[in-house]
Amino acid sequence: MVKIAAFLTLFTAYLVYSATVYTYGTRDTIQVKESAVPQIVYGKTLYQQYNCVACHQLYGLGGYLGPELTTTYSDPAKGELFMRTLLKGGGLRMPNLGLSETEINGLVSYLKYVDSTAISYKKPAKP
Amino acid sequence: MSNEINRLTYRASDRATKAMLTLALGYLLFGLCLGTIGGFQYILPDFLKKELAFQKTRPLHVYLVIAWIFTCAQAAIYYYLPRVAGRPVFWIKGMWLHVFLQGVTSLIIVTCFFMGRFGGREYLEFPPWLGGFILLSWIPFAVNFWFTIKPNYKTAPVYIWMWSTGILFFFITMSESYLWIFDYFKTNIVRDVTVQWKALGSMVGSWNMLVYGTGIYVMEKISGDTKTAKSTTAFFFYFLGFTNLMFNWGHHTYIVPAAPWVKMTAYIISMTELLILVRIIYLFKKTVSEAQKNFHSIPWRLLSFADFWILLNLAFAIFLSVPAWNLYTHGTHFTVAHAMGATIGINTMLLLTSVFYIIQEEQPDWFSQNKGLIRSGIWISNISLLAFWISLIGSGMVRLSSKLNNELFAEMMEKSLPWFKLFAWSGTVIVVGLFLLIIPAMKALVKRKPVTV
Ligand code: HEC
Ligand code: HEM
Repeated sequence: MVKIAAFLTLFTAYLVYSATVYTYGTRDTIQVKESAVPQIVYGKTLYQQYNCVACHQLYGLGGYLGPELTTTYSDPAKGELFMRTLLKGGGLRMPNLGLSETEINGLVSYLKYVDSTAISYKKPAKP
Repeated sequence: MSNEINRLTYRASDRATKAMLTLALGYLLFGLCLGTIGGFQYILPDFLKKELAFQKTRPLHVYLVIAWIFTCAQAAIYYYLPRVAGRPVFWIKGMWLHVFLQGVTSLIIVTCFFMGRFGGREYLEFPPWLGGFILLSWIPFAVNFWFTIKPNYKTAPVYIWMWSTGILFFFITMSESYLWIFDYFKTNIVRDVTVQWKALGSMVGSWNMLVYGTGIYVMEKISGDTKTAKSTTAFFFYFLGFTNLMFNWGHHTYIVPAAPWVKMTAYIISMTELLILVRIIYLFKKTVSEAQKNFHSIPWRLLSFADFWILLNLAFAIFLSVPAWNLYTHGTHFTVAHAMGATIGINTMLLLTSVFYIIQEEQPDWFSQNKGLIRSGIWISNISLLAFWISLIGSGMVRLSSKLNNELFAEMMEKSLPWFKLFAWSGTVIVVGLFLLIIPAMKALVKRKPVTV
């Protein structure tokens, strides 16, 4: 009986915890202009369709053959132009995916948005 | 005589179980080949870049080895179900339906990957509707589990609790991992990533419950000690593990800008994990006699290796989850060392324990003739796994130092090359070692069972 009660208590805590994580724990801290949303979602869809996650991480999620992309956009050594070059022609290991200009714009908007949310990355990096 | 009646009770379901075990070993075989190709793509950038690029090899490898883990756990549980319950499996046609659904789903998934059709989510990189198929294939398994065992949770041993929890949480976490299809999750990257880490972290916990449960069941059978799996201590540790499954995922999210308490909760709980496993190992080892060790020498050796990897990985995981460290170690090959160290060293070794335990029961003569081969496979794969693991830590170190020194990605890759070479080559040796286990095991499983008089 004690075991069943313990299970149910923990399970309830899990449900409450999950609901909290979905809401307060991950509240929107970055406000995005309403008009920019479709372009960001388009970029995200492409990011998934081309399976960029196999080689790149965003917030640590993804494969490790390529660099983490969370803050590439605001990285002074990289930035938008550099990203566009790689997306257009590929690199040593990065494949040339034959992306169109429209697709590249979408991907860049998405990565720019991700970068704008990465507050926790930028704090420790800058002295 | 009663033994013969028992065998007849099990025979019909054992046929489906063996088909499923063979399927699981097939996933491993194929998954290992693709992992090796992926490993060589690290050191040879142009290797199969057109035909089978890394964005295909990685998802193929990861999907297939994960499929190995849960399919083998399910098959082992199917074998144990009628023996624990003392009655035949409830729905034998359902077992075949399960094998069929699983086989077809994986065939479609593999085809999608080869054709370059992705859903593009970490670990679940196939198109999202296939996730629904996977869930569907688990339904006959859940039905068979609950209706065969008809568990009385007041008196059931701990592995019944673990299997129940594993099945329940697989359904929950697999569904949770698809929340991103709703705009509420899709349009907020922090929420999306946090929920994804949460779902995947707990999903790993759910199949660990299945795998560890089978490990404990085999321990009970080898030692003949039926008390430990029902003891208060076992349950105390089950509940710690359960808490870990539900709340421990947060150690992955230190870098996600979610609220700090999310991270603290995770950290405190993850520290207790070491306690759980060390305790369980200790309890069983104490009860096994020399004679039992000798008779079950192969499962015993596999279990001992799993023990070793549990300790090594836990020490390492705890080191990784110290929040201050985690900020730096995440997104490096440290994480891969943790992931593959655990899935090969712990899960695969525990599952192979079940595979060879079952083969020893089913084909005793064949088993004693092939012991030598199996033993060398075990040694080869475990020793090379150590080199493999070290290579991943080595490349993690290089990436860490280059991150701190703001080096270019290309520079870092150049410096990591010796470690990547060790990675690819030791990986190849692991594959050789595991093939020495997989191929004989598959042969034994398709062999007709000897008739005992
Ligand atoms: C086969 C693996 C692979 C895939 C798939 C891939 N990339 Fe890359 N990417 C790389 C590698 C490796 C680099 C580093 C440069 C090099 O060695 O080619 C890179 C570099 C980049 C860079 C420059 C960032 C930096 O820090 O150097 C961006 C931006 C990028 N990739 C975006 C993408 C996007 C978006 C996609 C999906 C459409 C994608 N990549 C798919 C492997 C890949
Ligand atoms: C039973 C055997 C194995 C299991 C269970 C296994 C499991 C896994 C898992 C879970 C991942 C994802 C890691 C992560 O995202 O952190 C992974 C990645 C990978 N594995 Fe394995 N693996 C096995 C054997 C091998 C072998 C023998 C090789 C050969 C070199 C290999 C090569 C790779 C590669 C290249 C990756 C991708 C790393 C990256 O993200 O860049 N694996 N494996």
